[in-house]
Formats: sequence, structure tokens, C-alpha cells
Amino acid sequence: MNILEISDLNVSYGTSQVVHDVSFSVKEGEIFALCGESGSGKSTILRAIAGLATEWTGAISVLGRARERGLSARFASECQMVFQDPYASLHPRKTIDATLSEPLRIHRVAGNHGDRIEEVLDSVGLDRRFRFRFPHQLSGGQRQRVAIARALMLQPRLLLLDEPTSALDVSVQAEVLNLLKKLRREQGLTYVMVTHSMPVISFLCDRLAVMRHGRVVETADVEQLKADRMTDPYSQELVALSRGRPDQKSEKTQ
Amino acid sequence: MSTIDWLIDDAPSSRLQARAGRLYRLSRMLLRNPLAVVGIVIVTALVLVAIFAPLIATASPTEQDLANRLLAPGADHWMGTDELGRDIWSRVVFGARITLMIVAIVAVISAPVGLVVGAVAGYYGGWVDRILMGLTDVFLSLPRLVLALAFVAALGPGIENAVIAIAITTWPSYARIARAETLTFRNAEFISAMRLQGASAVRVIGTGILPLCTSSMIIRVTLDMAGIILTAAGLGFIGLGAQPPLPEWGAMISRGRAFILDQWWVATMPGLAIVVVSLGFCFLGDGLRDVLDPKHGDKA
Repeated sequence: MNILEISDLNVSYGTSQVVHDVSFSVKEGEIFALCGESGSGKSTILRAIAGLATEWTGAISVLGRARERGLSARFASECQMVFQDPYASLHPRKTIDATLSEPLRIHRVAGNHGDRIEEVLDSVGLDRRFRFRFPHQLSGGQRQRVAIARALMLQPRLLLLDEPTSALDVSVQAEVLNLLKKLRREQGLTYVMVTHSMPVISFLCDRLAVMRHGRVVETADVEQLKADRMTDPYSQELVALSRGRPDQKSEKTQ
Repeated sequence: MSTIDWLIDDAPSSRLQARAGRLYRLSRMLLRNPLAVVGIVIVTALVLVAIFAPLIATASPTEQDLANRLLAPGADHWMGTDELGRDIWSRVVFGARITLMIVAIVAVISAPVGLVVGAVAGYYGGWVDRILMGLTDVFLSLPRLVLALAFVAALGPGIENAVIAIAITTWPSYARIARAETLTFRNAEFISAMRLQGASAVRVIGTGILPLCTSSMIIRVTLDMAGIILTAAGLGFIGLGAQPPLPEWGAMISRGRAFILDQWWVATMPGLAIVVVSLGFCFLGDGLRDVLDPKHGDKA
């Protein structure tokens, strides 16, 4: 079953169109990557799915239901987003506890919020003593775990990840990626992930779409990426860049 | 575990402890600033004097004693007496109540109104912003004293009407600050995250945006207090504020003006009180800015 289907999506900010005729679909349980250079419209697609970018045409359907423009409370419990910068995505004046209980209060979830918060903190690998700290008392990796925990509070089935590791140190990146892998296994989540990094894709993802200038130039399985069998010249170039092949080439020419 | 250990605990175990700990750290920073401490002492003294005025005053603030008029400061009358023989010390002490009331009413009316108007305008943008800010500009362009005059003319003289007039002309500047602050984080990711969770605009503004505006608002209100006290005193001075026999400091200066060359204390003592209290609020506001300013605040 396709959990997310996008067809002929065009997104614009004001008068400039950022995404052109993008179509792809994501199966339940899959990790789908959107990659490409900066400004290629990857994050904009996520924002359109989430409802933060409202000027789009085409069709988006999540869990079989067509998506309206904008935000809605029901959609919030099906699909959540994790942002790129963990230093900007947590409210600086709220404790972790307040941040995590907010979605429960918004949706008037019955039961003991404290138990649920501790359960989610456990599942993202954060000690309970972090519960009443403020974000400035946490490291970048811990903050990103909190952001993931917040996205999981309402038990969504689809998570949109906007470069979830690019603002973190390399060692912390690995921890967060492992956490994402573990959470998918345990909770049966589906990820749509925006990333620059080919190693991240080959580590975590099942399929990918390569974007350039707001268009999808190629959709491929991760096996094709690993076996270096991408067909589009631009994708090949991206893969080569990430493997540092241009340097080797320049060594040869020397 | 001692209270301080509980307060500075790195891993608080309840909401209350987290809040108290933050408050404790902020007040520690505030107390390290000597000028802020002076400000705190002055403002606390003002509050205490206002509460315990009947105990601190040595005589009634309104009782006349024509035999002892215009006495120089001395053992019996610490600040001398005025032209009706009233003890100036007692009048200054009771005047603290009026000053505190002015400060409180203005803060209670104008700060929340300004905050909400500014945050709503900044968050929604577009035509909501244009209408609210247009309204703000209209109020901002009204001169304070002229509006106060109009108010007093319409509602009759009295300190309350003067204060309402001051409050009405004060909120626009708070609205502008709140709007500017809101604009800086309305597109922040933590606000987007709240919206994605399905939070209503009321919740986003109330629990996401307003808490971030309040610290700069507290600073601004505290710094403005000096100006508000001076405006109220100015209104009293031209006879449109507090009416006799209320011991309002501005009105007292105005009465003492007639004797300023021969009996300097009549005008000087209430003037001194105004200067000290205004300075106190300025110092406190400066100290609060060092502690609460968003650029430093997050380290607290």
C-alpha cells in the first residue's frame, strides 16, 4: 500500500515556482530519500506535504486520503516532521516536558501524560533526568532526539525528516541515524527524508529520488545507488562527487 | 539536600523545580549587578513605604497646622512643613501609594494590550497587521499630555483619568516591540512544529510567542516607568492630575513653586522622591535587560 502519493506537484513561493511536476509514491514501511543540491526544492516538497507551504497544485494523498492545503489536527496525528536544525526547532523557554506534552494537550489525549512522555523518552534513548531540562542544557544530538520524540508523541505513521543529521557532528549523526533505523523497526514507521548525503542514503534508505532545479531527474532503488547503476548523468555526477571521485581524477591527470 | 542544591540541580524532577531553578539562576545574575541591586532596593523600598505608609509617616498627610507653616527640615518635621503646616515627610510617604498605583495601573493596562496587539499583528501579517499597526500608529501619534488634557476635560480631573490617558498612549510602543519580536520567530522551526501538531493560532500566540516577548516587555515597561511617573507628576504639576489634598508628588512641587526661593524644601523634597524612584526603575530595567535580554537569556 502506498502511504504517500504525489502526482504532478507544483509548488511556488509567491511568483517563483520552486517545484515542477513532481510525482512519486512511497510504500508503507519504506524509507524514501529526496536528494539533490541546495535549492533543488527537496525541503519544499516536505513543507507542501506537511502543510507549511500552501501554494501548490497537483495531488498529494497521505494514507489514501487527498491532502487539503494547510494544516489540520487530524493530519497531525498521521504525519509529523523533524526539522533540520535542533537548535531552532525546540522552544527555548519550554522544558523538554512541556515541549513533549504539548501535542498531547492539543489533541486532548486522555491518560497520564507523564507516563507517555517517559515512554517516548526511553524509546529515543534519552534518560528520564532530561525531562525537566531546558533545551539550552542539552547537546545538539540530545536536542534532535527530543525533536524526534516530539514527532512521535502522537504515534504518526509517516515521518518527514528534513536533513535530520546535517546540523550534527559526525559521531552524533551516526547515533541519530541508528536511532531512526531502530524506531522504524520498532514502530513500523515510514520516512520521507531530505538529505544531501549519499552515505546516509545508502545506510538508511530503500529508494531515492534525485532532484535538480525543482524536478525529479531520477527515481531509483538504493541497490542501484550502491551498485553505481544510476542512469541519469546528473545522479551519476552526484554519486561521484560524494565518493570523492573528482579528486582521484585530478590526481590521475597530474 | 539543601534548598540551593535543589534549585541548581542539573536534572530537575518536576516542572516546579525547573521553573524555580531558572528563576534562581536569573536572580543570581541580577544580584551580581550592583546598579540593579540599587534599583531593586529602591523599588522594594517604594513598595514597602506604600504598604506601611501609616506606620512610617510621622503625622497625617492632610492635617493642617497653620501655626507651624513653612518650617525648615528639623527633628520634628524631617522634611519641613508646607504652606498649610502639613508635614512634608508624611506627604511624601503617602505619595508613594499614589505613585505605585500609577505604575501598577499603567503596567496592567498597557503592557498586556500592547503585547497581544503586537503579537497578533506580527503572527498573522497581511491585512490584520496593516489594520492593527495603523491603529497603533494613530494612538502613537497622539501627544500624551494633550490626550490627557482631553481625557481630563471629558471625565473630570483626577489621577485615575490621567493614568488611563497615559496608559492609552503607552501601549502602542509595546505593540511595536512585540510585533518586531514576533516577526523574528514567527517562521522559526519551533513555531512551525507547534503548528504541525495542530495547535490553534490562539495556542501558538499564547504559549509559543508571548512567553518569548515578555522578557523584552518587562525590560521596556520597567525602563518606561520613570517616564510614566514623570508624566503623571507633570500632569499633577499643571493641576490636571491628583487633586488637593491628595499628596501627589507633582502637585506638591507645583504648590512649592511659589516658595522656591525662600523655602526650598517644599518643592525639593517631593522632587527628590521623584528623582530617586525614577532612577530606581531605570537601574532595575537596565539590570533586567542584562539578565533577560534574549541574546544573553538563553545561557541563564
